[in-house]
Amino acid sequence: MKTLLHHLMKFIPFFLLLGAGLAATVSGKTIELLNVSYDPTRELYADFNQVFSSYWKAKTGDDVVIKQSHGGSGKQARSVIDGLQADVVTLALAADIDALYANAKLIPADWQKRLPQNSTPYTSTIVFLVRKGNPKAIKDWDDLVKPGVGVITPNPKTSGGARWNYLAAWAYAKHKLGSDAAAKAFVTTLYQNVPVLDSGARGSTTTFAQREIGDVAITWENEAFLVLKEFGADNFEIVVPSLSILAEPPVTVVDKVAARKGTADVAKAYLQYLYSDEGQDIAGRNYYRPRSAKASAKYAKIFPQLQLVTIDAEFGGWTKAQKTHFADGGIFDQIYLKK
Amino acid sequence: MASTIASTLVVHPAPAGATPRATHDPAWVRWTLTAVALLFLLFFLVLPLAAVFTEALRRGVGAYFAAFRDLDALASIRLTLLAAVIAVPSNIVFGVAAAWLIAKFQFRGKSLLTTLIDLPFAVSPVISGLIYVLVFGLQGWFGEWLLDHDIKIIFAVPGIVLATTFVTFPFVARELIPLMQAQGADEEYAAITLGANGWQTFWRVTLPNIKWGLLYGVILCNARAMGEFGAVSVVSGHIRGETNTMPLHVEILYNEYNFVAAFAVASLLALLAIVTLVLKAFVEWRYAQSRRA
Repeated sequence: MKTLLHHLMKFIPFFLLLGAGLAATVSGKTIELLNVSYDPTRELYADFNQVFSSYWKAKTGDDVVIKQSHGGSGKQARSVIDGLQADVVTLALAADIDALYANAKLIPADWQKRLPQNSTPYTSTIVFLVRKGNPKAIKDWDDLVKPGVGVITPNPKTSGGARWNYLAAWAYAKHKLGSDAAAKAFVTTLYQNVPVLDSGARGSTTTFAQREIGDVAITWENEAFLVLKEFGADNFEIVVPSLSILAEPPVTVVDKVAARKGTADVAKAYLQYLYSDEGQDIAGRNYYRPRSAKASAKYAKIFPQLQLVTIDAEFGGWTKAQKTHFADGGIFDQIYLKK
Repeated sequence: MASTIASTLVVHPAPAGATPRATHDPAWVRWTLTAVALLFLLFFLVLPLAAVFTEALRRGVGAYFAAFRDLDALASIRLTLLAAVIAVPSNIVFGVAAAWLIAKFQFRGKSLLTTLIDLPFAVSPVISGLIYVLVFGLQGWFGEWLLDHDIKIIFAVPGIVLATTFVTFPFVARELIPLMQAQGADEEYAAITLGANGWQTFWRVTLPNIKWGLLYGVILCNARAMGEFGAVSVVSGHIRGETNTMPLHVEILYNEYNFVAAFAVASLLALLAIVTLVLKAFVEWRYAQSRRA
């Protein structure tokens, strides 16, 4: 046994070589794009990337491999600012992409004007997910502030989806009750019904669907459909409120990274392809509301019509909404601390 | 040498009849204590472990093994092994060198060095990861320079290896320092007096004396290297098939509602842990034997 260690020591150079060899196989040779995205788009981009790869291969003969990174929208933006080499970002809200300009000048200030419709190739909205048979008879936002109703929604400080949830509730209350003060009281009561604030949208749906906590989950429409698909439509129901918010998750090329990697053209084509007939169809198939008239018509049956307010009209844009509601000491801090 | 320590450590055998007090406690006390310990083990160790394997095999053996045919899963296994294969040998070298320095030599700043070695234990793994983001990140000290020279550290494999090495750094040194301190430098002095040079002394005297302690440290180090989540999560960037280690891949699969695959990969990690425990028990046994010899 005395020599065991000697043997092990002799292997050290071998281990190091093995390590170097493994490291070398990690980096490929074809064109590689990195799409840094938020949580619920996993299935959408898994689909879309395959279709785009074959489209690009047919068009240019080049192989393109698209790598994906998913996480909370704000956290993902932070990683790109810290040097995650994203060629494109497809995040939950414009404010997170604005941060790439504000903190690192990775993109120009007017990035959102570069692609049609505010650089948002698909939209979504915020709906409710309830358990089968809707035992608490939840029909609209008013039912969420009733005592004894457990509401599941993630933390607006870390989750993009959670901010949309919060703002949708606020918009409803303001439309119905008329004043900001009344809306604040309404949202305060709503958050008193929240037993657990997860850090991301996906964690929140897992809490509701898998761990069976709460009576209603406020969630992205696409996320709600996905739960029906994964957990069976006989276990959950989607409830569409009378009013909700038009969620616009935008996309952009990260200019500085793409220029350095020489991928600017592919990256641009990748995002433009999201607006093509095929891209729009994939969005619809994955329960995102498509922008094009053709795909909208095709999926009209899936997506119910409801009154949708926009962040710009209702809250004066993301920068302002972020500052008023979600910054440190903002309204969310005030109402959640009170609890 | 070992035998002299053993004899100083062993308390003189108590006279017959005066056995330690604990065995005098009434039977119900002993039974209650045993039951509490066993129940605790059952609820906090056995049940979760059983749950991992039950969930993993819920849809049958086919689904279980399908989880390992996925390219991203294989990449995560490869990356975890790669990180361990680099981190553990590095820590053997650093750990032995540091323990040797601290145990056998007197110098200024020794207690500072000892404290620094413990640093990775003291700080949260998330902070360990953030340190690297602050140093190598684009907004960090070397970010611009690294980018200009096309060197990727964080959000790439080197960052994962660095973070793993950092959090596992103390294991080997911590295991060796008390051992080497207890052994003292007498045998080394004797070797040098007899004409051995530094290397000979190290290979023939120091190393054989510490080998079981070292192996024990290596096993603990390896277990942590493969299981680390926090620090690695911060520097990973979560690029699929590229910078996800096994623990990160488990989280991803779970978030994708892919519970069987998530628990299958988790069960592989659990198996690694069990193998580690068996090895550890074996080493402890050999270690005890070698000290008795």
